[in-house]
Amino acid sequence: MLDNLLFVVFPYVAVALAVGGTIYRYLTNQFSFTSLSSQFLESDIQFWGSTLWHYGIIPTLLIHLGGFVAPKLMFALHSTPETLYFAELTGKILGIMALVGAGAMFYRRVVSSKVRMVTTPADWIVLFLLIVQVVLGLWMAFGYRWGATWFIHTVTPWVVSLVTFQPAPQYVASLPLIPKLHFLNATLLIAVFPFGRLVHMVSFPISYLWRRFQLVIWTRRKVV
Amino acid sequence: MKIRSQVSMVFHLDKCIGCHTCSIACKNIWTDRQGAEYMWWNNVETKPGVGFPTQWEDQEKYHGGWELEDKPKNPELKLKLQNRLQTLGNLFSNPAMPTMDDYYEPWTYNYNDLFNSPLGDDQPTARPISRIDGKPIDIESGPNWDDDLGGSNIYAVNDPLLATMSAEEKQRLFSIEQLFYFYMPRICNHCLNAACGAACPSGAIYKRAEDGVVLINQDKCRGWRMCVSACPYKKTYYNWSTGKSEKCILCYPRLETGQAPACFHSCVGRIRYLGVLLYDADQITDALKVPDEQLVERQREMILDPNDPKVVAAAKESGIPDGVITAAQNSPVYRYVKEWELALPLHPEYRTLPMLFYVPPLLPVLNATQSSGTQRVETDLFSSLENARVPVRYMSRTLAAGNDELVIKSYQKMIAVRLYKRAETVGDVTNEQASAALAKAGMTAEEAEAIYRLTSLPTYQERFVIPPYSREGDIEETHDPQQRKAETGFGKRQGPQRGL
Repeated sequence: MLDNLLFVVFPYVAVALAVGGTIYRYLTNQFSFTSLSSQFLESDIQFWGSTLWHYGIIPTLLIHLGGFVAPKLMFALHSTPETLYFAELTGKILGIMALVGAGAMFYRRVVSSKVRMVTTPADWIVLFLLIVQVVLGLWMAFGYRWGATWFIHTVTPWVVSLVTFQPAPQYVASLPLIPKLHFLNATLLIAVFPFGRLVHMVSFPISYLWRRFQLVIWTRRKVV
Repeated sequence: MKIRSQVSMVFHLDKCIGCHTCSIACKNIWTDRQGAEYMWWNNVETKPGVGFPTQWEDQEKYHGGWELEDKPKNPELKLKLQNRLQTLGNLFSNPAMPTMDDYYEPWTYNYNDLFNSPLGDDQPTARPISRIDGKPIDIESGPNWDDDLGGSNIYAVNDPLLATMSAEEKQRLFSIEQLFYFYMPRICNHCLNAACGAACPSGAIYKRAEDGVVLINQDKCRGWRMCVSACPYKKTYYNWSTGKSEKCILCYPRLETGQAPACFHSCVGRIRYLGVLLYDADQITDALKVPDEQLVERQREMILDPNDPKVVAAAKESGIPDGVITAAQNSPVYRYVKEWELALPLHPEYRTLPMLFYVPPLLPVLNATQSSGTQRVETDLFSSLENARVPVRYMSRTLAAGNDELVIKSYQKMIAVRLYKRAETVGDVTNEQASAALAKAGMTAEEAEAIYRLTSLPTYQERFVIPPYSREGDIEETHDPQQRKAETGFGKRQGPQRGL
């Protein structure tokens, strides 16, 4: 019963909130979509914090995503001891980068009174959840070894079962507490996505790579 | 030929008295808000001086503007800041971002202390407190911090332009009885090849086709701050409170209702002119792929004669309304920039094609070889240009990408106008001398008279020739005017708030 609640109902609610909430916010308040950068007020720690965090967490997220969308490929990549060792090492390095970065960002929000002025309660909650998530992830990486392989036999089928609307919480129900907490915190992060600054993720400006440099816009003319 | 219209500007520096009324007019209307306190969309700098933000002209520090690729064959234009891929890589921490220290920390005073202090032996004081975090601060810089400090060994000596001048010229600038300074009011140049727009990862910065005003779409801006770095004039600012970038909007709501922008309207010295220029947008890239010294002339070539029937026909074909063409024909900016070639763009070597032009300051007339007294105008003023107190070299570094000839030509005309009018009204210059001066400057008496009239006696309507916008027509295209009249102002509106 509890497993169903935590690993079936909660994820569905979280994703519904994230998708519906983000679309609603985009349609009604696009002005609020911004990076909310505070580099202007404090630049030195910001460089280390933000750079380490983003360069650590984005590849980590993409690798997690790879485990869901291309499990066979990921499994093949881990099939020899050498590649498995390499995968584990990469994950740990990226995780440590992200943790140091998030720690630096937390630290500068505490010590810089100017940055604190532009820090909302939502910012603190998101930052706290992110640090908890990275700590839990690193805990697993060091305490429950070879996650790169058991991930594919536990988390992947669970997520796939949710996506295909045939929920099967039993895949993760028997895992130890730390992995379970990691999953629950991840779900919580998805749930709070549209309510804080995390929405800046969806505005990653990939189209800058090909758009025209100069934009010249006429006042809208009705097409006759 | 793709013709566009641009609402362009001329600032006549000889007439600027440095009163900062323009800055205050702008501040009161647009930037008197949290997050924007430190912004001066319009500011007036003392030159030589460090400017605002500090040393903004030092592009080795700020990486603003464009540069030509360093290769002999077909060099392309590129942003000095970074290429497209680097832009995405630097998204998380902008390496060339000016911080609050480069501007100043806005402050107010704790006036409550004057009323609430306990009884004591001393007068209570109102201490300065930061407008960011409310803590007491020691004020170490502010807007116009080096106002009037032209010869200062603390401020003016750090002017980035002085690095290019000879030791002797530099010494002249700082000797106590010879020093000079002039005022340089600056707003957004509404460039034709805006670096801010090119650097914006979100594509939020655009140029209005009707009048060329460069704007930041506040809904599309995601606060990546690349525009702040890429603008070589440092005229986009990051609002630390809303997390969006902002810039001068040339008071477009005023323009659309036929009023001059606030800084133009309030100008005490009446130094500002505003009018339409027609230009050929197809030439933009080619005009920038030339050596520095030719940049101003190429920019002038791009600007087209609105009285030429061919240009008028092409403009109509490009969708420019008749009213705008008429405004272009009456434009005071066209006369200063193209017809008389008096006005020059600020730092054309940044290759953004700025559309704000400056008439260089002739004052002080006293030249460097005279230690005291006034100069007799009947003596040959032209030869004194080489050792004028305002070195031509300094002006050409500022307004002509180092091309001395353009500045000298502009000065010669202004001196000729002065001699011509002096012969007419004072009489200590003979008509022959005046004619010789006009001939040397290559101008007719009629032109001198016209320059004199538009410089000294222009009416409001002559200074500001604002094109008709016919916004009501544009509204009709998409809305029923009756319905709009009834409904505008109702419905949900959100203030510019940080985050959710």
